[in-house]
Amino acid sequence: MGLTIAEKILAAHTDARGIEPGDIIKVNLDVALSNDITAPIAIREFEAKSAGRLADSDKIVFVLDHFTPNKDIASANQCKMVRDFARKHEVKNFFDGGDAGVEHALLPEKGLVLPGDMIIGADSHTCTYGALGAFATGVGSTDLAAAMLTAQAWMKVPESMKFIFKGDLLPWVGGKDLILYLIGRIGVDGGLYRVLEIEGPAITSLDVSNRLTMSNMAIEAGAKAGIIKADEKTVAYVKQRAKRPYTVYESDADARYESITEFDCANIEPQVAFPHLPENARPVSEAGEVRIDQVVIGSCTNGRIEDLRVAAGILKGQKVARGLRCIVLPATPEVFLQAEAEGLIRTFLESGAIIGPPTCGPCLGGHMGILAKGEKSLATTNRNFVGRMGDPASEVYLSGPAVAAASAVTGKISSPEEVAS
Amino acid sequence: MKFHGRAYRFGNDVDTDAIIPARYLNMSDPEHLGKHCMEDADPGFASRVRKGDIIVAGKNFGCGSSREHAPIAIKACGVSCVIASSFARIFFRNSFNMGLPIFESDEASAEIKEGDSVEVEASTGVITNLTSGKKYTAKPIPAFMQQLIEDGGLMEHIRKRGGI
Ligand code: SF4
Repeated sequence: MGLTIAEKILAAHTDARGIEPGDIIKVNLDVALSNDITAPIAIREFEAKSAGRLADSDKIVFVLDHFTPNKDIASANQCKMVRDFARKHEVKNFFDGGDAGVEHALLPEKGLVLPGDMIIGADSHTCTYGALGAFATGVGSTDLAAAMLTAQAWMKVPESMKFIFKGDLLPWVGGKDLILYLIGRIGVDGGLYRVLEIEGPAITSLDVSNRLTMSNMAIEAGAKAGIIKADEKTVAYVKQRAKRPYTVYESDADARYESITEFDCANIEPQVAFPHLPENARPVSEAGEVRIDQVVIGSCTNGRIEDLRVAAGILKGQKVARGLRCIVLPATPEVFLQAEAEGLIRTFLESGAIIGPPTCGPCLGGHMGILAKGEKSLATTNRNFVGRMGDPASEVYLSGPAVAAASAVTGKISSPEEVAS
Repeated sequence: MKFHGRAYRFGNDVDTDAIIPARYLNMSDPEHLGKHCMEDADPGFASRVRKGDIIVAGKNFGCGSSREHAPIAIKACGVSCVIASSFARIFFRNSFNMGLPIFESDEASAEIKEGDSVEVEASTGVITNLTSGKKYTAKPIPAFMQQLIEDGGLMEHIRKRGGI
């Protein structure tokens, strides 16, 4: 019986032999990540339960991204705790201040996560790195404390579900639309415990950025990981960034899948997920008349340069609707620099958009774009739960950057066709 | 390792807010959390439950937030283990990490009734309903995960044994 990519990566990182879905195994980690919300809890646990030495400080990554630049005293204290710890333990992959960006955009860009890697992160969107052909999954803070002590974690070997996207993409459709469509089909627990293995000609045609967007949202289907096989595009992307060797795995032709589902991209329009679950996805043409107060373009889902190019392409020569705030948050300093070099920042500012620093900010209702009672926001982020971006009586709609930019111009949820010529 | 107790039944999608409401998260002391276990799903639960008793639930038990307080509360109120048809992913991890044994079995989850006397053998995953006489098999817990539970959770386990 053949193996899936997920099974091959797990097998390469464990001493257990002949692993099967359902088995619980110990794995050796390549990377263990945490942020300004989850690291403090793990650090406290680590300090209480250990003699205080990191098993391998090179495998530990801390990114202060959620409430930075420090939003208030509480967040400043949390960040300081991580800062002090990182200094004391000489953690070189510590990102703070002008080096920091949204963690799941930053790590691929820095070449810290690579094909074939075994990665955990105390953040549910750690699954993003599956787009590079890695096994990456979100865990709790205790798992992270244990990883700091041992550079290991335990894993239940998951079943894999295969999703094949066929056909050509319709205009304005990107990775975000495909993953919202998929979640809309299988539901928010449709991938519980499983690995979503995503492939097909439409996926091959996507750039690495759009693939990262897709794997990012695997958790919104309850999945443990969302894996896309590394191909020439992936290798071209990681080659210039990697500082250590990596391995490209492919699933065997006779690998076991719990299910195999095909989607025809000819049927997939740009999507919008309505409140309050990502599974409430529908084609933008069926969105109806939804007036919005804010548009957010950014986050680990869609804050990369490719996303900003799409948004700026639509906003060029246009004006953000009166009374609407359009907030653009480049996900990392490198994205910001590149956007500046390409003139995108000027385009955004001329259109009337607000540019913020690389931060999670409004994505989790942290800061820099919080909604008032009754307000509605269209965002390129990944969660539209009750109160996610502010007041419990506010609403979040999710889309890709094209629909978000078009809607910023019209003031209501709109297809890019309505704005772009 | 064997567990034996009375069954307490809950439905599908019991979320972490039902297991331990957010209003009690200002403290992480197990005794305090145990007193409020399942308060919003069954207000008298924590006072009625006896040491060794077993929670039997439907699908997606423990969905919602990643709070580690949920398995701590269940363990602290005396519950020996949880049987469900499925667990939410991060709850599953957190349970083992906090030393709470959990078992997945669709049949046991469907057929065990409130108040039944239930025995679970952790190493084999055999669940016996002593009231009805029926046996079920859950996926057995691998040896190192059993150690993890015996040791009282992931961090204690590492401290005792020098590694995962
Ligand atoms: S951008 Fe949003 S989803 Fe991504 S890591 Fe930050 S808070 Fe989480």
